[in-house]
Amino acid sequence: MNESIGMSQDELANRSYKYGFVTDVETDVFPKGLNEEVIRKISAIKNEPEFLLDFRLKAFKYWQKLDRPKWAHLTYEEENFQDIRYYSAPKTDKKKIGSLDELDDELLKTFEKLGIPLQEQKRISGVAVDAVFDSVSLGTTHQEELEEYGVVFCSFSEAVEKHPDLVKKWLGTVVPYKDNFYAALNAAVFSDGSFCYIPKGVKCPLDLSTYFRINAMETGQFERTLLIADEGSSVNYLEGCTAPQRDENQLHAAVVEIVALKGATVNYSTVQNWYAGNSEGKGGIYNFVTKRGICLGDNSKISWTQVEAGSAITWKYPSVILKGDHSTGEFYSVALTNNKMQADTGTKMIHIGKNTTSKIISKGISCEQSVNSYRGKVKIGPKASGARNYSQCDSMLVGDESSANTYPYIEVQNNTGVVEHEASTSKLSADQIFYLKSRGIGEEQAIGLLLNGFCHEVFKKLPLEFSVEAVKLLEMKLENSVG
Amino acid sequence: MLNIENLNVEVDGTSILNNLNLTINTGEVHAIMGPNGSGKSTLSKVLAGHPDYHVESGDIKFEINLKEKSILEMEADERAREGIFLAFQYPTEVPGVSNIEFLKAAFNAVCEHHGVELMDEQSFKEFVKSKQQLLGVDDSFIERGLNVDFSGGEKKRNEILQMAVLSPRLAILDETDSGLDVDSLKVVGQGVNKLRSKRNSMILITHYQRLLDYIVPDFVHVFHKGRIIKSGDKSLAAEIEKNGFDKVIAEFQ
Repeated sequence: MNESIGMSQDELANRSYKYGFVTDVETDVFPKGLNEEVIRKISAIKNEPEFLLDFRLKAFKYWQKLDRPKWAHLTYEEENFQDIRYYSAPKTDKKKIGSLDELDDELLKTFEKLGIPLQEQKRISGVAVDAVFDSVSLGTTHQEELEEYGVVFCSFSEAVEKHPDLVKKWLGTVVPYKDNFYAALNAAVFSDGSFCYIPKGVKCPLDLSTYFRINAMETGQFERTLLIADEGSSVNYLEGCTAPQRDENQLHAAVVEIVALKGATVNYSTVQNWYAGNSEGKGGIYNFVTKRGICLGDNSKISWTQVEAGSAITWKYPSVILKGDHSTGEFYSVALTNNKMQADTGTKMIHIGKNTTSKIISKGISCEQSVNSYRGKVKIGPKASGARNYSQCDSMLVGDESSANTYPYIEVQNNTGVVEHEASTSKLSADQIFYLKSRGIGEEQAIGLLLNGFCHEVFKKLPLEFSVEAVKLLEMKLENSVG
Repeated sequence: MLNIENLNVEVDGTSILNNLNLTINTGEVHAIMGPNGSGKSTLSKVLAGHPDYHVESGDIKFEINLKEKSILEMEADERAREGIFLAFQYPTEVPGVSNIEFLKAAFNAVCEHHGVELMDEQSFKEFVKSKQQLLGVDDSFIERGLNVDFSGGEKKRNEILQMAVLSPRLAILDETDSGLDVDSLKVVGQGVNKLRSKRNSMILITHYQRLLDYIVPDFVHVFHKGRIIKSGDKSLAAEIEKNGFDKVIAEFQ
């Protein structure tokens, strides 16, 4: 590849990260550090009702007693929580936040550069977007159109203001603040995120999506998403994320809660492309995320699809609690690691109701010195008669220095349960590349085809535009790793 | 069209091809026969540009744009785009990539290289369909994952289908007859025969006479220890079938 001549290792490694720019915008930021005062201040800025402040403070108290989890297959320099800023928002007239038409030009440009135009005339049709920039949501598109159907899609802050009862009823019911270290931290300091409610029997007319952008330095992003699909409703939800290229690590600790009531279907897709650090492993986002859905009603379904291609550290296990009888949980994942990235990701499928089914398809691709681990738990509870799970975990190694691990945990307490687990590890094979090349297909395209083939089952679950993006993203990441 | 001159090839330090010389003109079909380990398959890989095979000395010249040109420095994909095609003895399985998707990628790569306008989806499907008929394969065959769970015979048919779609100037068929039952051999043999023309050349690598019953070669060469020890016309193949390789080798020594 002649174009690589004259580029340093770092430039090469980072060439594929085209979202590494910084937006120059004045911000309101908190000083570094975390204490009760900081939490009260976040709550006050947002004019939160008492119950929410209470939730935050309880979480904070609990978090202070916890140690960070050590069980994941990850090695990294521990974050100093007093060295992080917990709030950063672009400085604008307060009333203007949330109103996209009056948004700062720089911010509009930023999202346009990210491929998410927010201005009315340029918006992507068929997809409503909530744009989250550091600690705040800048606004949500297509709201009026959605309102006609009774669909609520707005920032978490707006939901607290306009639909406090819904928030109060469901917040923390799927991921309680006591769930884990990072969930407790998030519950204490979360600043914004998306909220979504699909009323009974409504098939959401648009795909909903949230785009997360970290911009400010030394700032953590702690967003919280709550999605409720009422009886018989259905929705497709998409999520994307990027951050500037910096030498310091930054923390992203999000919580996503999904509730699916009787007969509801939720498809939740993520393409995660946080900055992953340079080729020496310097910088990058620490991504510690708790995502969980509950199939509360009978015949409900929650399906997670994720393409994890960024972050220095990924610690993420989108899970489904299958409480309703005949409910279904799915997890489709592609995790690609290169350079010195580390990913410990997978899912939990907790079968409680009768005849519940779950399916796990995990594809890990590890390049260079990266470490890619799948960790998954399947639990069939004592009352979950007729429950079934099928898991398939495939790992592909590129080069000789990367590693892949699979940690399946299976717990079956009902003897009518059926659990199947298949795992494989392969190398991106030179034979396959030669075969494709011997038909005139160039090496890069050959790798793209092979990769696409390996991830096919997952990509086909993504909405079309997302799957095209995902393929491009993986190809770019791999370009430097093969050959 | 193809000129192999004093070619020496090593694999992992072992010499496999020794001062091999072979000239193939446009429109000719050459059969290369020989016992196991005589270097036949190595020759096919070297011609196709497999990166594991190292040319120690000698040259391979191929006619490109009406000029003879050394192809040693060309990668496998470049050679393929110039019209060299290897039908593999053991075609590789590529899960998740459909046969038609693969065919299209290969076909487009060749078209783009030669500045030929690409076909739209529908025309390409119809074009492939006309080639499918040649080999008696149905639509489900081309929608399946590339070579995945194909029987031995299906894999060989698929190689020839690719050849039909790409219409190479030089096709090397590496033991295309091995693992084929009588009926499949007939289909594949007749298929290849229909692709034969005055404008393209073929190298048939085989142990047996039987493929040559369908594709009658202009020349037959006997390979031994990485070089040609005897050449003749189609009667040489019949002679080998009757007496075995040992007799030819004994005569040579």
